[in-house]
Amino acid sequence: MKSFVFPEFQVIRDEESCGQCRGCERQCAFGTHTYDPAADRIVSDESKCVGCQRCVIFCPKDAIVVRPSPSYYRANASWSREKLEDLKRQAETGGVILTGCGSDKPFRIYWDHIVLNASQVTNPSLDPLREPMELRTFLGRKPDLMDISADSGDVEIRTELYPNLVVETPILFSAMSYGAISYNAFRSLATAACRSKTYFNTGEGGLPLEMRDEFGRCAIVQVASGRFGIDAEYLNTAQAVEIKVGQGAKPGIGGHLPGEKVSDTVAKTRMIPPGTDAISPAPHHDIYSIEDLATLIGALKEATNYEKPISVKIAAVHNFAAIASGIVRAGADIIAIDGLRGGTGAAPKAIRDNVGIPTELAISSLDRRLREEGIRNQCSIIAAGGIRCSSDIIKAIALGADAVYIGSAALIAMGCTLCQKCYTGKCNWGICTQDPRLSGRLNVDIASTRLSNLISAWSHEISEMLGGMGINALESLRGNRDHLRGVGLYDWELDVLGIKGAGE
Amino acid sequence: MRFEIIMPGIRRKRRELYSKEICACSIFGAMNRDGDRFTGEGVMKAIANMHVRGNGLGGGFAAYGIYPEYRDYYAFHLMFTGKNVVVKEAAKREFEAFLSSKFDVVCDEEIPHDDSVPVSDPPLLWRYFVLPKDVGDGGDGGDWGGRTEEDFIVDQIMAVNTRIENAYVFSSGKNMGCFKGVGYPEEIGEYFMLDKLYRAHTWTVHGRFPTNTQAWWGGAHPFSLLDTTIVHNGEISSYGTNRWYLEMYGYACTLQTDTEVIAYAADLLMRRQKLPIDIVAKILAPPIWNAIDRMNEKEKKLLTTLRMVYGPLLMNGPFAVIIGETGRMIGLTDRIRLRPLTAATSGEMFYISSEEASIRLISPHLDRVWTPNGGEPVVGELKSARKVLL
Repeated sequence: MKSFVFPEFQVIRDEESCGQCRGCERQCAFGTHTYDPAADRIVSDESKCVGCQRCVIFCPKDAIVVRPSPSYYRANASWSREKLEDLKRQAETGGVILTGCGSDKPFRIYWDHIVLNASQVTNPSLDPLREPMELRTFLGRKPDLMDISADSGDVEIRTELYPNLVVETPILFSAMSYGAISYNAFRSLATAACRSKTYFNTGEGGLPLEMRDEFGRCAIVQVASGRFGIDAEYLNTAQAVEIKVGQGAKPGIGGHLPGEKVSDTVAKTRMIPPGTDAISPAPHHDIYSIEDLATLIGALKEATNYEKPISVKIAAVHNFAAIASGIVRAGADIIAIDGLRGGTGAAPKAIRDNVGIPTELAISSLDRRLREEGIRNQCSIIAAGGIRCSSDIIKAIALGADAVYIGSAALIAMGCTLCQKCYTGKCNWGICTQDPRLSGRLNVDIASTRLSNLISAWSHEISEMLGGMGINALESLRGNRDHLRGVGLYDWELDVLGIKGAGE
Repeated sequence: MRFEIIMPGIRRKRRELYSKEICACSIFGAMNRDGDRFTGEGVMKAIANMHVRGNGLGGGFAAYGIYPEYRDYYAFHLMFTGKNVVVKEAAKREFEAFLSSKFDVVCDEEIPHDDSVPVSDPPLLWRYFVLPKDVGDGGDGGDWGGRTEEDFIVDQIMAVNTRIENAYVFSSGKNMGCFKGVGYPEEIGEYFMLDKLYRAHTWTVHGRFPTNTQAWWGGAHPFSLLDTTIVHNGEISSYGTNRWYLEMYGYACTLQTDTEVIAYAADLLMRRQKLPIDIVAKILAPPIWNAIDRMNEKEKKLLTTLRMVYGPLLMNGPFAVIIGETGRMIGLTDRIRLRPLTAATSGEMFYISSEEASIRLISPHLDRVWTPNGGEPVVGELKSARKVLL
């Protein structure tokens, strides 16, 4: 059937600069560029271009420009180009529109409507280059109050303490499974997490055997509805176990790793036959209620000898705060909430762009809910979904998060350009693919260095902003909405965020 | 399942529109460790010497051992505010109705004051000596669902301060009292005639320099809960964090100032949790991680655990405080010592002050003068608690 959709991108080649090296042809897994030996020139099929910019960045002559196609349909506020084209594609295929990455829709980004405080006169701002600035964070359940006996100067802690994760900076890598992302990308995250004294999350694809000794100390392992790759050693090699109930990009639905991405090693790690589809059901079929979740939390605590905090990851949806409160009472030590703009390797576009609520509002309402119920100290909150920079992180913490998960941001550090074609398995950047020719492009040393650099840069910026507020320990900012003000927000939004308007 | 139905027409009130007042200040404390009582004359002179550290928008005193005849009763000092005497009297009536439902009142009187001292807009000031009602009188009589009598008192104070408009309990301990108001501390001292009417074994004083002009009597220091009082110089940048943590334990922050959180934290940790002051200091002003990581295993474990559990009670930002308790006076600065504090001894006298000059003014010959390190408490204790407590 002839497609009525015109190309999304225009590929412009400076024929004078182009040396016909065929580099772009090799770089593009989508087959956009081909060499025409008769004419001794490269021709580009724009209909295949996804706009990932790989060829542009790797062209030795800087001869290529890829930009949005200037062709347009008659402007229509209701029928945008995207709506029109999605509809045409569905008319041509009869299928669900798939996409990758987080939602790109213009939902209000609250980070950009919140401003931070700084000290002036009455309270000295602190210089992080001269003064200690402490970002160390404990993730997990804390006792209500401690029972300490102090007999003749000898102090004894009588309270039973719960296992906690310790991070030197409140930034963790979000769950991205081996299978969804390449081995090299997975290993880069693990390497960087260990180096930066934080944690990476294995996602639901298991942890390859050969990585366990080296990277178990900085791993959070996931137990998701597909239960891939789970055995006792997997649970115990990690520092925490996360039950994945939902994901911000696709609340309410499961996952589907197509058989083409299930290579021999992916298959071995996931404990499934090579080449078979790895399907994670929408719900956990042993969790149909909160008491079922409590049972699984209990089972995982038993399996790990009560030595690891158990996290539960849920998507931020309408009534999630009440649900999260139940999850804390069910025994979870950490609640990870994933908001509307959270990323994914593959999701139906209709779900990604329409289900869930923004992370910023979710953090605040969850923190408030747990405080009102007097159980805020019984769990830590890790916020995920749409964290783009250090100031987003510091705002998340002031709204009540203990730490954040970064997913898209970490991938971007490794080279991702958010082309949203993760589900094709043809990632030209070697991140979201199992094709050895593509994944080999990602060098673990370089990618992990880029990730560590990002963590280090953001930590410096967080220290700088913290010092400006006259605070030298991150725990003194947690839930401290006093240091935030809203700009350009409605009253109800300020209410949900629990912050004053600027100047108030 | 929980259902929450928001009825139409009910105004949204979820926004946490609290305001925190910021101030710089002078603080002074004097204690006779033998328990001999002395008038407020000396401390008024000492705080007056730090006149320029305040701006006349707040001053106050805490005095321990001043009500020996009523030492078994909680002494509630009340402030009834309002535009005119009718409003104040109405608040008083409302409070007294509440009080008589929960407490036996053995004595109540207006707090004596000298009207010739020019202070601005004084509220109606009244004091009540009370005990909780016994069961037979319709009270709970010692059965507070496993909680202590003191918890019960704290709950009642929180109820008054949050629910009865224009009524504030600003002092509630036994055999002690706070006196405070808008004005320079030496004026407040004269207003309450502290140099003539009262003799205490421990005095703490505060002169205030708030950076906004909203001055109200309740906002002056000291802040107190039961017999714990706080005078504070500084700004608590961690206020929002400290506040939510304390709210989880039932402390309502109503006085529009950050000092309140120190008073409540002290109450939570010292009275309810019975933690020793050294531990409390390590919670409010903990050592930095670099120092903790170099300690021996036992200390490291203790301090790591304290920071992990009590992180939300870390008082961040510059502060110097004097915490008063029956039989104890404690000085503490923030962990990087961004506010001044000097301690001194002279015989049985123990002093803590923002400035050494004020101590020397009233006690020229000192045995020892020193500047405590950041986060290290200095503690003065009565040598013979019996003498004052019995």
